[in-house]
Amino acid sequence: MSFDEHLKGGKETDRPHRRGLLPIATTAASLIALFVVWHLVSSIWPSRALPPPMVVWETTLSELKSGDLGYHLMMTLWRVGAAYVVAMVIGTAVGVALGRYRRLDAFFDPWLILFLNIPALVIIILAYIWFGLSETAAIGAVAVNKIPNVVVTMREGARALDDRYMDMARVYHLSARDRLRHVLIPQLQPYLAAASRSGIALIWKIVLVVELLGRSNGVGFQIYLYFQIFDVAGILAYTLAFVLLMLIIELLLVQPVEQHATRWRRRLA
Amino acid sequence: MNSTQPVGAAASLKVAIYEKTFHSSQGVRIDVLRDLSFEVRGREFVCLLGPSGCGKTTTLRILLGLDREYSGTVNVSADASHRTAAVFQEPVLLPWRTVEQNIRLTLPAALKQTAFNDLLEILGLSGLETLYPAELSLGLARRVALARAFATQPAILFLDEPFVSLDEPTADRLRSLLMAIWAARPTTALMVTHNLREALLLSDRIIMLSPKPAHVAGVFEVAVPRSARDREAIEDMVLAFQDRFFGAT
Repeated sequence: MSFDEHLKGGKETDRPHRRGLLPIATTAASLIALFVVWHLVSSIWPSRALPPPMVVWETTLSELKSGDLGYHLMMTLWRVGAAYVVAMVIGTAVGVALGRYRRLDAFFDPWLILFLNIPALVIIILAYIWFGLSETAAIGAVAVNKIPNVVVTMREGARALDDRYMDMARVYHLSARDRLRHVLIPQLQPYLAAASRSGIALIWKIVLVVELLGRSNGVGFQIYLYFQIFDVAGILAYTLAFVLLMLIIELLLVQPVEQHATRWRRRLA
Repeated sequence: MNSTQPVGAAASLKVAIYEKTFHSSQGVRIDVLRDLSFEVRGREFVCLLGPSGCGKTTTLRILLGLDREYSGTVNVSADASHRTAAVFQEPVLLPWRTVEQNIRLTLPAALKQTAFNDLLEILGLSGLETLYPAELSLGLARRVALARAFATQPAILFLDEPFVSLDEPTADRLRSLLMAIWAARPTTALMVTHNLREALLLSDRIIMLSPKPAHVAGVFEVAVPRSARDREAIEDMVLAFQDRFFGAT
């Protein structure tokens, strides 16, 4: 009974319950199991290399109180955001161009394959050597790592564009802005969503490397610091905090935006 | 004819296409149009009639400015606006925009704020403004396409077999709706069709095209006034038409 009442209480929020209760319970059980295993392993073989969950939690709290955690998280988050925007804008423009013009595509395809296969580390190091240890070089290096993936996805999207909508837009003389907003972007939306999703995950991992190699703040820099003093609790505290932050962004920003963008699809019975 | 219409002016159309060819992927040259010339007068409803695959849609794409690789001239003369509207074979509504947004989006800047409730009323679309195209039947989607075309108050309207792949009763209902809306907002119209009865029902004049490469095989004036075009009158005209174009053989 009390469980039911609890459920009702939860329903007062406006967000629609897209998932049932069972998947949530499964997810919770799965995560709890992971922490239990971690706890058991760290208490059976006590070692500085694997601190128990409670120690990591305490480290997280103390870093939070000192303000360090918040500061470094925000520095990393801003780099992730900046690199994401740069990569999506440039990658989409290039991808759509390659998808629409076959000759352009034939010429630049080898470049694309080359860039897809250059290791992230090489691009980061070269960016720091050529442009100095600056914020621009850091964000640029991350964006350059991501751009080829965006290009490939958006090229597919541009190839799938429906010419009938373009014809309609031409006959009715839609403005360039209207064509972009109402004809082009909605058609590319599934591809933009795919590029975004794989993008965020990739970008934040590369951002940590960029910070480790040439920045004096951010989660990557802190992890490097704790690596040098062999403080695994600190490493895990920063990692888990940032993972949590990315999950919150996914839940509160990415999913609602996607739901809004595909609202016309949901009504299909 | 002086303008009795409150807004816009009907255009007349003069077409003289000398040649239009396609090259297939094997490099074979296909002549689609040759020496195709005709005129459509202001506020006239003309049908381009011809067998399937004779180049009707190609002609329409040239007139709409979607295909510029041809030799010849297309002249649209209009007193006020050069506004063109088209109803395609498929409705071509943006699936991610509602009925109302689809119509409003194509309105020229000067008409952006105009109400088009009367159009929706005539076409039986009132109350459906907030639906998405996927929620409409094909017949309703076609009506929205008609509403969109007329809402722009075009100087000339092109229709490319707008009633194909509908069942006969639905197509008939749409034809009478087209006539109702055309009476309410008269404009120059050119419709492509392969359906002779449809052409006889709707148009002032029928331009019969030859098989490929298409040119004008003959012109049939539909003398019977629209109000008198019942089933019987149409059948009489079908006979007269066939006598005229196929009678000799």
